[in-house]
Order: sequence, then structure tokens, then C-alpha cells
Amino acid sequence: MPDYKWPAMDKRRVMGKPIERIDGPEKASGRAKYSTDIKLPNMLYGMLLTSPYAHAKVRSIDVSQAEKIPGVKGVTVIAGPGTELQWQGAEIAAVAAEREELALDAVRAIKVDYEVLNDHFVREEDFAKAQAAQKVQPSGEVVTGDPDQAFKEAEVVSEGEYGIPVLTHCCLESHGQTLAWNGEKMEYFPSTQNVSGIAGDLAKQLEIPAEQIHAHQDHMGGGFGSKFQSDRWAAEAAKLSKGAGGRPVRLHLDRRTELQIAGCRPSFFGKIKLGAKKDGTITAWDSTTWSTGGLGGGGLNAQLMPYVYREVPNRRINHSSIVTHTGGARAWRAPNHPQVSFLTCSAMDDLAAKLRLDPLELFIKNANYTARANVYVSQLKKAAEMVNWKSNWHQRGDSGTGPIKRGLGIGVGTWQGLGHNATCKATIHPDGGVEVELGSQDLGTGTRTIIKQVASESLGVPMKDIKLNIGDNRYPVAGASGGSTTVGGVSAATRKATLNALEKLFEAVAGGLGAPAAELEAVDGKIQVKGNPSKSMTWKEACRKIGVTPITATGENNNRFPGGLIDGGVGGVQIADVNVDVETGVVKINKIAVAQDCGLIINPKTAASQCYGAVIMSVCGALMEERVMDAQTGVFLNAEMEFYKLAGIKDIGDIEVHLDIVPEYDARGVIGLGEPPVVPGIAAIANAVTNAIGVRVPTIPLTPRRVLDALAANERRRS
Amino acid sequence: MGSKRDSDIQKKPKTGFSRRGFMRGVGLGGGAIGTALLEKEAVAAPPPAAAASGPGEVPISLWVNGKEHKLNVEPRVTLLDALRDHLSYTGAKRVCDRGTCGACTVILDGKAVYACSVLAIDAQGRKIQTVEGLSQGSELHPVMKAFVHHDAQQCGFCTPGFVVAAKAFLDEHPNPSDDQVRDGLGGNLCRCGTYVGIRQAVLEAAKGMRG
Repeated sequence: MPDYKWPAMDKRRVMGKPIERIDGPEKASGRAKYSTDIKLPNMLYGMLLTSPYAHAKVRSIDVSQAEKIPGVKGVTVIAGPGTELQWQGAEIAAVAAEREELALDAVRAIKVDYEVLNDHFVREEDFAKAQAAQKVQPSGEVVTGDPDQAFKEAEVVSEGEYGIPVLTHCCLESHGQTLAWNGEKMEYFPSTQNVSGIAGDLAKQLEIPAEQIHAHQDHMGGGFGSKFQSDRWAAEAAKLSKGAGGRPVRLHLDRRTELQIAGCRPSFFGKIKLGAKKDGTITAWDSTTWSTGGLGGGGLNAQLMPYVYREVPNRRINHSSIVTHTGGARAWRAPNHPQVSFLTCSAMDDLAAKLRLDPLELFIKNANYTARANVYVSQLKKAAEMVNWKSNWHQRGDSGTGPIKRGLGIGVGTWQGLGHNATCKATIHPDGGVEVELGSQDLGTGTRTIIKQVASESLGVPMKDIKLNIGDNRYPVAGASGGSTTVGGVSAATRKATLNALEKLFEAVAGGLGAPAAELEAVDGKIQVKGNPSKSMTWKEACRKIGVTPITATGENNNRFPGGLIDGGVGGVQIADVNVDVETGVVKINKIAVAQDCGLIINPKTAASQCYGAVIMSVCGALMEERVMDAQTGVFLNAEMEFYKLAGIKDIGDIEVHLDIVPEYDARGVIGLGEPPVVPGIAAIANAVTNAIGVRVPTIPLTPRRVLDALAANERRRS
Repeated sequence: MGSKRDSDIQKKPKTGFSRRGFMRGVGLGGGAIGTALLEKEAVAAPPPAAAASGPGEVPISLWVNGKEHKLNVEPRVTLLDALRDHLSYTGAKRVCDRGTCGACTVILDGKAVYACSVLAIDAQGRKIQTVEGLSQGSELHPVMKAFVHHDAQQCGFCTPGFVVAAKAFLDEHPNPSDDQVRDGLGGNLCRCGTYVGIRQAVLEAAKGMRG
């Protein structure tokens, strides 16, 4: 068995280099094809009719007028008479037509008689109203140590209220698929994070054998955790296609529906009380929180608090779920973590302010409560240095007399990662060609690029000479891309597959080189005797010795036995530097410093991009993004991108990323970086704004209105 | 999508505000360029070359990337949908479909516009340039090269719109400052968060295009 361990850091030729993503030219030139771009001959356009009400019953539905429209080729009823619709956007019917405009006409021609149910809708931030409406499901109290005694003995007690609303995924490529039947078989072009698994999921809905569905995907326009399943809309498209004799159907959600039903991130609201010594050592924690993930309730794990600072000795944690008639929650990049980070770090920052302590000192002083104190202490110091904390930090609110107030704030995070199960197949052809195959997907994280880097490093063959095949469920199974597990899974599987294939090649050429196979190495397009480059042959010469049958080999990453190639568990610290105009309430990001713990970095360029992107998502969440529900009707008021706001290029300030690419961390192996950097940013920005304006804005996003409201409330309290 | 549904949902949020409306209101100017261009287009648009009326499909001709295309579309079809579904220019993406995100940006008579907010029949007789028309064969446009070099893309779905917007911006600002780039590309949105690379890419492309 080959020795799979990664080459030493200083010996790597391809891994560790900032190589441009290999599908970059295809994407930048507009040639890359996404699910929404697939146009098949004779294709029909699909569209959904969805519920305008948050809670209603379908009394009757009449599709006859829709069916009569020339060019309409099928109408399916999803919610027949008697069906209770549980949220706005719930699917009622689907149509397919020759042109999209005709599909829209058909949807409009469907007559539905609704019985609107008089429900007590609640906005999830309003706990008292939710309780009165009996919409609260407590999940029980968890107590560790003796919090009552600890609070009695505490030298200081700090209390605060915090809230973070529901966000939606808002994937730029909407959810959906293009598909077509060919007899009993289906060609399926979804937009998915789960190429190997999605066909089986759709097959289950359709009650057909999974092998009848062939899923393909070259590119996908964002998922962030919301695109693992095939979903109802795929099943309806399949029915419409079948009903039209197998004609292809393309059906993707319109933007409004995507925001309403294709996934959201649970909210998190609550009160936190901290007990501490005067020197800032935290001794007691008490949190009472609530959240909503939609009608199913739950969706947030409050037991992750106190976040990162897990080992506060005395803790009481209460959490409840609020039941609301809204579309369901889905995994959202680092599920739970940004929310619990925001609440925990806000409470710690408020404690520091109450004690008139430097929060940097307080975060460092309590580091023994974290799982990796040395990592967090060094990152806190590093991030502080990056924003010049010593000269730029001031006590909360001591930010001068002018209208522009500057502030700094800290956020921390952690994530597990590791690697999903994945199998890679490597083929070496007698003509020297190399093929690498996995049923994986590139979400834009650079998966294609890092697979080729690993294969190239292992085989000594240039990246351009390796043919990589991903994005097809006929390739060897690779896990879904979620939880930052892809880079670990595919890099370990590729390393093993390519070295297993190479071992067979060594056996084929050992005789010719007059050395045992175990004495050979593949370097720079040659096979040579280790340490003796004079005894070598070119890659092509070596491959000619294979004979007529190509060499194939597989390699597997087993998540339960990852070996030494990959690891999980990283910490991260971010510090935000902001300006707040207290006359307009506008928050401007000056800079966000990122100190991110990582393992072996295969591609520093795409790794940095993950960090930049994650920080920008945090700016969106901290300053702009929010699902606004109407408390009277349960309607999602801002379900379009003009009002569901994302940050633009001007809104993000400067971002500086420091990755710990050093032998000590490199030795841990590959660790995913998709989620870790998306965790600390919201907390950091919120704390920076508080430091600037001298008062906590309890609920984010920190819109001008909320900032001005918090300042006004503070003035009222003072006068 | 009955009329009931439309009227329900198109209520403006009570507590929300439009990013651009707000920026304009307080005179910060950020992110307004795309919209501003659109408004200009609406005023400056000449009458369509051929009379078109509905209902039903009407014959039109579009001049895309230097090539004339004849097609039949309903008058309500947007330029974006005509390009994507009738002509297979799929570089421009449909994302917000409401003139907010810029993923559908094309160049119309030299100006960047949101193709989702222009009717195909109104684009007749005008020069339409899409992302596909910027590269020369397999040779990438300097803006595209710079996007690749600075990793100014992740999922890539907003990227063609950004590339076209950047090209149009650089045509008007061949020597932009970093601040001008931040203002000038405010009409496009990215969800993966690629703005850091885009800033660097546009500045580098400017140098490359000046030679």
C-alpha cells in the first residue's frame, strides 16, 4: 500500500500554490452552463402557482381555463380541495407550456377558492405575543454547576437582550431543474450541492428505481446549504414532462418564491445574564432564548452556548421554539454558529463594558474556557494587531464629540469540518492520459481546482494534462457539499486513488528501470529511481509499458476513519472597525480583520476567497439582511431583492485575511474553510457599532433606523 | 399568481427601505449607477425600428454582438428572456428579474443596462453587446482575464453581469480610482462575496486596457 501522507510542506510542487481556479475562464466569459441555462430541444417552460396566504385551506381548485390556453401542455394539482396551506409560497399547482409567458398566463388562469384561516400570526421576535398565542414550545432547561450560587457570589452581573432575525439563502441561481424522460429513464439537470445523492432523492419522490435517473451538473449558482434535496418542484416537473410524452421541462422558482420557500436560517432572540469577577473572569451564565425555523418549530441549537467559551462552570440554558406559518428552515452556511456567536460575543462585550475593561483582555482572560486556548489567544492578538487595537480602541462610547463615531468589536467562531465519504477513480491510459472521476460538485469553492492540484502533486503530471470529471451521478459516489466537508473528502480520496494507480504504474516500469517498484517516484513528468534522477523515463514512456489496458484504481475517504490526511475543528477571530454616523444612523465598515485557523491549505487563493466571501456575507447579515413578516397576515413583506438587501461592492470596507499557514497547523491535514470564516463577523460588527455609539442596538441588522432608535432610547433613559 | 396574490405581496415593507432609494435620499450615491443608467435609457430610447403590437408573438430583429437575429416574441418578453430563451445567449443571468442585481447586464448602444428591465421589442435597431461578444474567440477580454487572475468569482452566477458592467464602466472611466470602482459597480450584487477580487480585477483590467 502506498504511503498516502502529504508531501512535506517545502517539497510540494502544486499543492499550496495560489493557482487560478481552472473553471475561471469558463465562468468569466459566460460560457459556463448552469441548470437555468440548459435548453433542450422541444423544451417546455414550467411554473408554479403558490399560496398567497400564510394559512388557508383550499376549498376548490379549477384548472380548466388554464388547460384551454393554446400552448399549455400540462397542469398538475399539488394542493387539492381540503389541503391546508401552511405558509405563503406553499405549492398549489404546476404548469408547463411552450413559452414562459404562456405558463404565466396558465398560472393566472387557475381559479382557487381559499378559506383563509384566522390564525394568530406572530413575529418571532415578540416572545410575549407568541406565548399569548400559544405558539411557544419550550425545549426544557439545562443546568450545569450551580448558577444560582455563582450569581450570588458574582462581583458583577451583566444583563442584555439580543436578537438576530431569520435570513434566507437568496441563492442567485434559483432552485429548480431542467429534466426530460427518455422512456423509463430520466436526464436530470438540477442546481444542487448533492450530485451523487439527488437522483436517489427524486427517485424516492417518484417511486422509481434510483438508477433510472441520470443527474448532471457542471456549475451551480449558489446553495449555501439549501440545495441538498430534489424538492417538490422536481417531482412536479417530472410529472409534467411525463404527461407531455417526455418533452423536457425547465422549472425554476421565481425570485419571490425562492425567498419564501427555498430555505431560511432560524432566528435567535434572547436574554443573557453573566456573572463575573471584577477582573473579568466569567463565573456564571444564564440564557433564555427563542427562535423559529418555521412551522416545524426548533431549528436552532441553543446548547451551543456559551459559544466557544464552552466551559463557563455554572450555566443555566433555557430555549423555546416559536411556531410560525412560514417556509421551513434549511441548513445555512455554518448552521447555528453565527447566531450563537452573535449572542455570546455580545454578552461578553457588554460585560467588559460594564466592568470598564478592554474586551480584548476579557476575551483573552477567559480563553481557558475554550477548547483551544492557545489558538484563540494567538488569533485575538493577531486580529488586534491587524486593526491596531492598542491605539484605536477606546472605552464604549468614548468616541469624541463629532457625529462620526468609530468603534472596534470582536467576534469568535469555530467549526468542525472533517471530510465526507467520497470515492475517487483514477485512470492512467497507455498514451499517458490521466483521468480523475468523482461524483462531486464545485459550488464555486474551487473544488475542481484543488482536486487537480492533489492529482498533479501525486502523479507528478502537470494539471493541464489531467482530465477531471465531476458533476455526474455515474461517477464514483462523493458526499454532498455541506458543512465544509468537501475539500477533506475529495482531497483524501483523490490522493489515495492517484497513488494507488501510480503504484500499478511503478510495477509496470520497475523492470525497465532496474529497481523495485517501491524505490520509484513520480516527479515533474518523469518516473525515476528515488534520489537518482539519471535512472528515469518520461511519463509517456512509462505509460507505454502498461500495455493495451489502462490502469484504474480507486481511493476512498471514510469519514469514520479519516487517517492523517484530513482533520476537523478550527477556531477563528474577527475584529471589525466601523464608523457610525449618529445623525443618519448609517454604519460604514472601515475594515474587518480575519485571523483564521486552518489546516493544510491546498490553494491559498481560493482559501482566501472563502474568507473574503464569508466576511461579506456577515456584512450583509449584520447591516442589511432580514426577512420581514407581517404580524397581521403572516406575509413575507420583502420577498424580492430590492428589499431583501444584500451588500454591494461599496458596502464592505477593507477585508484583511490572515491564515495560519504554518507547519504546526499544516501537519493536521486538510480542513474545510467554507463555514469557519462566516461565523464571527456579525458579532464583531455588532460589537464595533456598540463600541462606537455607546449603546447596544439589541436586534440586528443594524439599519439606520435601528441605530437611531437605540440612540433615542438611550437619550430618553438618560433624561 | 392571481391578481390577489400580486396585490398582497407588492405592498412595500413598513420598516424596510430601498438601498438605492435611501442612498439617493441622503446623497451618498452608492450603488445607484445601474439604476441611473436605466433611467437614462428609458428617456433616450428611440422608437423601435419596426412597429410591434400584441397580443401574440410578433416578428422582431435584434442586433447582437454584431450579428442580426430574426425571432418572434410577444411584446411582453424582456430583452433578457429573448437573449436567453430565444437566442441561447445564456451569459446574462436571470436573478432578481426586477432591475436590482445586475446579473443580466448587457451593453445597449454603449451603455450598461439591466436586460430584465428592457423589452425585447424596444431593443430593436440598437447595438446589443452581451458577455459572449466581449471575448474574441477563445481569447478572453482583459476584464475576464483580470477576474480569473484575482479570483473575482466563486459560483460565477453574477460574474458575467459584473464583467459586462465593468467593461462598460471602464469604457467611460479608463483610469478609475478605487473609490470610482466602488461607486461604478454598485449596480451589481454577488451572494458569494467576491467584491474584494472584483475591485482588484477592475483596477488591473483598466491598466491592461490602457495598454
